[in-house]
Amino acid sequence: MSATHATRPAEPRETTEGPVYTVTGGDWDEVSQFAAERADDEKIIVNMGPQHPSTHGVLRLILEIDGETVTEARCGIGYLHTGIEKNLEYRTWTQGTTFVTRMDYLTPFYNEAAYCLGVEKLLGITEDVPERASVIRVLLMELNRISSHLVALATGGMELGATTVMIYGFRDRELCLDLYELITGLRMNHAFIRPGGLAQDLPPGAIDALREFVKKMRKNLPEYDKLCTANPVFRARLKDVGYLDLAGCLALGATGPILRSAGLPHDLRKSDPYCGYETYDFEVPTTDTCDSLGRFLLRLEEMRQSLRIIEQCIDRLEPGPVMVADKKIAWPAQLALGPDGLGNSLDHIKNIMGTSMEALIHHFKLVTEGFRVPPGQVYTAVESPKGELGVHMVSDGGTRPYRVHFRDPSFTNLQCMAAMCEGGMVADVIVAVASIDPVMGGVDR
Amino acid sequence: MSGEQERPGTGGAAGESHVNGNTSTSTPAPRSQAGEPIAQRRGMFGANNGGDTSGYGGLARTVRMPAGSARPYGGYFDEVADELEGALEEQGLDPEAVIERTVVDRGELTFHIAREHLPAVARTLRDDPALRFELCTGVSGVHNPQDAGRELHAVYHLRSLTHGRLIRLEVSVPESDPHLPSIVSVYPTNDWHERETYDFFGLVFDGHPALTRILMPDDWIGFPQRKDYPLGGIPVEYKGAQIPAPDQRRSYS
Repeated sequence: MSATHATRPAEPRETTEGPVYTVTGGDWDEVSQFAAERADDEKIIVNMGPQHPSTHGVLRLILEIDGETVTEARCGIGYLHTGIEKNLEYRTWTQGTTFVTRMDYLTPFYNEAAYCLGVEKLLGITEDVPERASVIRVLLMELNRISSHLVALATGGMELGATTVMIYGFRDRELCLDLYELITGLRMNHAFIRPGGLAQDLPPGAIDALREFVKKMRKNLPEYDKLCTANPVFRARLKDVGYLDLAGCLALGATGPILRSAGLPHDLRKSDPYCGYETYDFEVPTTDTCDSLGRFLLRLEEMRQSLRIIEQCIDRLEPGPVMVADKKIAWPAQLALGPDGLGNSLDHIKNIMGTSMEALIHHFKLVTEGFRVPPGQVYTAVESPKGELGVHMVSDGGTRPYRVHFRDPSFTNLQCMAAMCEGGMVADVIVAVASIDPVMGGVDR
Repeated sequence: MSGEQERPGTGGAAGESHVNGNTSTSTPAPRSQAGEPIAQRRGMFGANNGGDTSGYGGLARTVRMPAGSARPYGGYFDEVADELEGALEEQGLDPEAVIERTVVDRGELTFHIAREHLPAVARTLRDDPALRFELCTGVSGVHNPQDAGRELHAVYHLRSLTHGRLIRLEVSVPESDPHLPSIVSVYPTNDWHERETYDFFGLVFDGHPALTRILMPDDWIGFPQRKDYPLGGIPVEYKGAQIPAPDQRRSYS
């Protein structure tokens, strides 16, 4: 805060809009006393965030309250805007994955998959992506659904004061992150799914680790039932809070668990399948409660379904390539761990530096220039844990995207906040926002 | 913290003055069936700086988006087009005037819609029982300076959950008159999406309940996603070498 800081933090500061109180926590009594002293019938506007721990990152909630009732609720967003869509226009198509993975940082594989499916559709190579690459994509996406839902449950629980739920959720998410690290080398921001396939094949030991993970998760998931679903206090806090019915969902464009909690079994994995989802056996759970409890239960059930899909993926993994055969798209080298970190495999370097100058030129051109994508536009969408993650992509025939727009589900779903919260209690705003599960990296991009 | 600063009460940053001053009367350039130009290429190898000693430096060609398609469009596209045209005729609208061009490319159907008819088309697509596009996934802007007289494009994707279909609507307007009707009254979800597109492209959605910036700061000047808006950045030193800003690096097209 600036040097003009009042001696008592809660003391009002006069502005043209009226007195402004800065609340830092623990001084609510003082603030209400000040407010009572100036008793007038004007409403109080509460700024929650953008750094409040209960607002899922840098989300600013502007609440007009009358006593404990929220009469109007608005969102202030944009605090995490990083210009990823603009930056993509200055990188090659392959480099784009490095950017998009950072959008919704809890669902990196979905961002990458949606982007790569778009590039592949523009290139017309959707059919050429090897089976093994698609299976591993599905596997990673379903792992990611579990880790994203776990964060939703964990932070949602923490915001209610149920810190045990938080500890459990992050404990199990750690199992997912360990797998990401094993498979991609990174816990977040993987850039592992690339246009045409994957950056790399699964490392040795991955299958065993995955089987072990499924076993552990099957053991751990019932704990959430015992801890939350069977807990009358937890249920009472979530039940009938954040109500949004089917008509409201469709009007506001809400997808994912919010839409399914209103009873519509809409899931792009079933209705508009990609990566071979139509061949997997799984169910799309729904509830008809339209509330936060329904969304909580759905996320739990979706994690069980994801485990089923992961098992099917492990069973159908056959040895084979993980990148399209077209040498004009696939980067020539497999990555390998060298003495100075991850880089091109020594065999490949030996080949291009020692024996094949053409291979060296080809490698250099492909990596520095990138490949060209025929002009046109496509829209591809995947069912992310939060809803429909859509990518609108335009190519001008060059080596860089002309325009990429992400329709992030968090952005659209967050619009429902006002409809869910107005008329409710201030404390229920937290529950409703947690049930939307917005991630500001995705909202602001 | 910036929250301490007081905003000027009048608002209305420079560079946005055209928002309220709807004085421009320029109309979009006439639409042909050929695909709109999107890039001009010179030479053979895509390099845009440095000398071209290959002898191909004089080559020039125009890159165009996919051209308009003729019937049959294939799949459910014909059915959607028939129903839409029929429903428009029932409302006394001439489908030829409303739908400027229909493009089928890469298994996707695009209707290029004249801007004044967008709300009617959206309402028809949402409400007609044979169409039922209940879900709009928002609007995406595209700035294409090559498309003279229609530089700014607004692209909508509509999804029918009833029929399991997906279509695209595209509306293009001139940069000198970046107005098009809002469809928030038809799809309330477009509230934030239209604000975002206004924020980044300066497309003005007439009839939007509160068209303000959403991701950029309120007093930002300019529209960052336009092609003439620089990316920015500074050169950085890495291992002793100067690495230019991303938009200054050598690139190929």
